[in-house]
Amino acid sequence: MYRTIQTPTIWREMDRLQRDMNRLITRYYPSRTQTAPDYPAINIWANRETHFVSAEIPGVRAEDIDLNVEGNTLTISGERYKDEIPENANFHRQERGFGKFSRSITLPSAVEADKVEATFKNGLLNITLPKLEAEKPKKIEIRS
Amino acid sequence: MTETTKELEVQEQSLAESDGMERTRSEVTFIPRSDIYETEDNLYLTLDMPGASEGKIDITLEQNILTISGISSNDVPEGYSLTYSEFQDGDYERRFRLTDRIDRDNIEARFQNGVLKITLPKAEEARTRKISVKPA
Repeated sequence: MYRTIQTPTIWREMDRLQRDMNRLITRYYPSRTQTAPDYPAINIWANRETHFVSAEIPGVRAEDIDLNVEGNTLTISGERYKDEIPENANFHRQERGFGKFSRSITLPSAVEADKVEATFKNGLLNITLPKLEAEKPKKIEIRS
Repeated sequence: MTETTKELEVQEQSLAESDGMERTRSEVTFIPRSDIYETEDNLYLTLDMPGASEGKIDITLEQNILTISGISSNDVPEGYSLTYSEFQDGDYERRFRLTDRIDRDNIEARFQNGVLKITLPKAEEARTRKISVKPA
């Protein structure tokens, strides 16, 4: 005889219910929850010298994305255009959105605007932003 | 036909239900947002799958169940640590039950800028035929 350690079914069922309720509330009473998350969704990575920002922007062409850097503020803006749809098409589902977007991100330190590089692949925008020399961390010697 | 457009929204981080089965991969599974529309001849599916790539997408049609799955990953250079996160790598999976009969040999799929577009031609017998009523 042996037992497997597993989450009891009731908890899994409750998690599922909670997810379903959250989904219902956000869909029909968006005002009950906080405002819609900013578009696009971003991740920020960093090391000592550089910030690395990635954003999920599917369905947009690279030339329709604008990037602006000023001090420590990065602005990603652009537009996702509606798809070309054959005439007399009938929609069964329409979950994808279209339109203009703009998002400003305050980075923890100022960056060298001239050295910012960006790539766009498979709907993912990756931006490398080197920190300003003056903002890079400095090693401080401790004197005895 | 429909002129209503949705606002841009962040991809729902909702996880796909796994039917009580455990998955072998530890990654989370996302349900890609989809548009589905049809014309007389074709059924069209458009899915947002940012971070996936041509080689990492599988489309299967078994009986009348169309399964689309993919793996999303971003190449973050080494030596970075994550300081703020709103999305993550994971798997995409979504299944649709098709009601029309589909011409299986002529399904086309294209992946561009993180969007997957599938064209499913309807089988000859499933196309709607117009029947003209002749005067008596």
